[in-house]
Amino acid sequence: MMVKKVLHSLTLNGEEVQVATAAGATLLQTLREDLRILSSKRGCNQGVCGACTVLVDGTPVRACLTLTARCEGHAVQTMEGMDGDRVMATLQRHMVQSGGVQCGFCTGGVLISARDLLEADPTPSREAVKTALSGNICRCTGYRTIVDAVCGAAEELSQ
Amino acid sequence: MSLDQPEPIFVGGTVGQSVAKTDSLEKVQGRAEYIADLYRPGMLHGAILASPHAHARIRGYDLSEAMQAPGVVAIITGDDVGEGRMGAFIKDEHAIAKGKVLYVGEPVAAVAARTEEEARHACRLIKVDYEELPAVLSPEEGLARDAPILHEHLAEYIKVFDAGSDGNLCSRTELSEGDVDAAWADCDVIVEGEYTTQPQAHVSMEPCGALAEVDAAGRVTLWSANQSVFRVQANVCESLGLPMSRLRSLTPRVGAGFGNKMEPHIQPITVALAMKAMRPVKLILSREEDFEMVRARHPYRVRMKTGAKSDGTLVARECEVLVECGAFADDSPGVMGYSLLMCGGPYRIPHMKASGKLVYTNKLRFGAFRGFGNPQVLFAGEQQIDQIGEKLGLDPFTIRRRNLLRRGDQWFVGPRIGSNGLGRCLDAVEQAAKGARADGSPRNFGLAVTAHISGLLGTGAIVRMLEDGTISLNTGATDIGQGSDTVLAQICAEELKLPFDQVAVASPDTDGSPYNWGTTASRVTYTTGRAVKAAAKKVVDQAMDHAAEILDCDVADLELREGGRIGRHGSNTDVTFAQISGRAHWAAGGPLVGSETLVFDEPTHDPKRAIALGLPFPRIGVFSFAALGVDVDVDDTSGQVSVHEAWSAADVGRAINPRLVEVQLHGGFVQGLGYSLYEEMVWDGARLANPSLMDYKVPTARDVPDAIHTFIIEDPDPTGPFGAKGAGEIGLNAAPGAIANAVARATGARHAHLPLTGERVLAGMLDPGALQD
Ligand code: FES
Ligand code: FES
Repeated sequence: MMVKKVLHSLTLNGEEVQVATAAGATLLQTLREDLRILSSKRGCNQGVCGACTVLVDGTPVRACLTLTARCEGHAVQTMEGMDGDRVMATLQRHMVQSGGVQCGFCTGGVLISARDLLEADPTPSREAVKTALSGNICRCTGYRTIVDAVCGAAEELSQ
Repeated sequence: MSLDQPEPIFVGGTVGQSVAKTDSLEKVQGRAEYIADLYRPGMLHGAILASPHAHARIRGYDLSEAMQAPGVVAIITGDDVGEGRMGAFIKDEHAIAKGKVLYVGEPVAAVAARTEEEARHACRLIKVDYEELPAVLSPEEGLARDAPILHEHLAEYIKVFDAGSDGNLCSRTELSEGDVDAAWADCDVIVEGEYTTQPQAHVSMEPCGALAEVDAAGRVTLWSANQSVFRVQANVCESLGLPMSRLRSLTPRVGAGFGNKMEPHIQPITVALAMKAMRPVKLILSREEDFEMVRARHPYRVRMKTGAKSDGTLVARECEVLVECGAFADDSPGVMGYSLLMCGGPYRIPHMKASGKLVYTNKLRFGAFRGFGNPQVLFAGEQQIDQIGEKLGLDPFTIRRRNLLRRGDQWFVGPRIGSNGLGRCLDAVEQAAKGARADGSPRNFGLAVTAHISGLLGTGAIVRMLEDGTISLNTGATDIGQGSDTVLAQICAEELKLPFDQVAVASPDTDGSPYNWGTTASRVTYTTGRAVKAAAKKVVDQAMDHAAEILDCDVADLELREGGRIGRHGSNTDVTFAQISGRAHWAAGGPLVGSETLVFDEPTHDPKRAIALGLPFPRIGVFSFAALGVDVDVDDTSGQVSVHEAWSAADVGRAINPRLVEVQLHGGFVQGLGYSLYEEMVWDGARLANPSLMDYKVPTARDVPDAIHTFIIEDPDPTGPFGAKGAGEIGLNAAPGAIANAVARATGARHAHLPLTGERVLAGMLDPGALQD
């Protein structure tokens, strides 16, 4: 098995990049192995845990299920490119304060899902938050402090 | 204190304040580095070939095709590792299968190649010649007279306690006090039953991994996902025959542990690969491999019998457990022994007998998992307490209060109880859970209580004052995300009266950190905290000596003031830590360093009181206590149980950081909820049938009640740092017992088998009598 590399062009965190990646690589593989973008985590590689969540054209996707070839010409955004995003900054601050960050392995994916929720629904109910986060597994917190953080951020942002 | 009324966060806070964890910011920004995020120059990637057989002799390997595969640099098999064996209690495990394979999924060979894909591809080209052997798939089979034997040389293995090993019997433990056999005659009511519990997977979100490299002199540096850099060092060196001075063990951030990263996983294999390749090698397990190769919670068969007087006073309990060990002993003898120590619960029971057998089987090793054998026996014991109460017309609170152990009492076989806030835990739960639901409907309430120890084994701390008067703290304790770096810094800062942010916590490093047995057994806050406090006190004492010389007065005239200053009583003049430390570094006395090491050394067993055979922990620690109430819903058509509301009250002595204690209670409860209701590793013959998150369900945000109320009860322990005791496991232990009691309340049926799936609960609803006792 000679690994064939293929060249792809995409926008990564606002910059045009060209990347040579294994044919058939997932976005998770390309981000981590070829671009050293490490905030997206391999928790299951099967689309279940949500630890690899990133934005493609502004929509959360599972990087482990997304082929890099499908991102040709599209905009990929990861936690590394979230500086200056007001909603994300607010969520991050609330997560730190609430104790919603324990081991942190799920945290990036959780925050990207939560940010997407707040973009669509700035004043979500607790139930809506839980539904929006139901694709992000956290084994540490029991979710309570994460839901608190998202609700707290929503409240602050909607003031 | 409860999260229902959020507390403000204090940024300069020390003991008792909910400061944010020191690693939170890097984690929310996606900048924290876990093992998979580390890269070294020239680094190769590893992959593992797993055994397809449960039990087979290895006749030989053909590596020729795999060696030719693209990108391959090195391959190791059992032929590359010596005769060394590792193990916490019984040294029965090679670095990689050697001579035999003992379970499906056991590592048989490993490849280092340029990329992970190439390494995985080459693994598939390795040919192993096996001679299949009959397998042992349950403890009952393992004890059968003609059972195939897993470890033919068990008698020769090194054991750290009197295990009584024989055939497939890995160890046995027998404990007793009083006279149980005679005591049954004094009982007015007796309940008994046989219970089974299922294997649970840890599912820490970060799969296990390691990265090893060898320097020019042949010394190894090893980073890995771990709960103890020191246990990693010991295990790798024992299994590979390396002097411990030849291996340096380090840790990146760890994506949680829960027990699965305490003892070895693939660190020895990664080191062996790096030594053979003479290049750095990183090996990260897939989720499936993490399920199949690491470890899991033990399935138990528990026979229990409890008797009481007509007024509810407990008289006797007998407990017999049969525990499945898996292929290697790992922490299993400790888990079984501990579960027997805990099987009486936090009650005064004058006559007790507990015995257990731990049996090797051809499955992955079972090992430490949050609770450490306590949830399994508690599932039986706390149901029996309720059943006795029901027979005598005593409510769950009354029957328990009537029998609680008190401060100064001795626990089963002997340990003396220090602080004990369990009565107050019960009060908190009763008060908060009383009455009906908000909509007026009655509750389906279940209660269980538990105790857990903290304190095991050796630990240390080194506190150094830097030139400018700020502090470096080094303990060797791996923070697995629960926040021990933060809590230990709080303890250190409090003792030195410094703002919390002036204490930097060093990352564990076997080259520079004092020994720390591990982040396990709810021990770090209590036992490492004690060492930190004592080491910080030594630095204060040294600083006092300097201040006395600078101010030309007696130490007795001096006081330590907030913010790192020392002054004379009644005078405003003082000297700063910076002045003192500068003087110490350059002029007099030498730099300020305080260090302390200790081991919890109160004996577990009181020979005047009890008989103990095969006790794996001669010294265990101090006791934390908790009460858990749950209110459940049961769906009439599916039998599905969901938790509507929960009340978790824990006596942790003193909460150094209340928010972090609360998150431990939340996280522990939810992990216990999954265990109680649906989590189950299922074997199809010898093969694990559900090694993926698609087929193994863990609770998601939608599966947990919003209303999990936590209550921190503080009954300071005289030996704990600022009174603190452990909090890591106590929130999980009681979940299966409390939920089973609530289900019995809701459906009228008692359940003896975990998990309480819809199917089981529905069967109980249709025929409650069939399942009882
Ligand atoms: S790694 Fe992509 S969902 Fe788990
Ligand atoms: S914080 Fe550890 S998995 Fe969520």
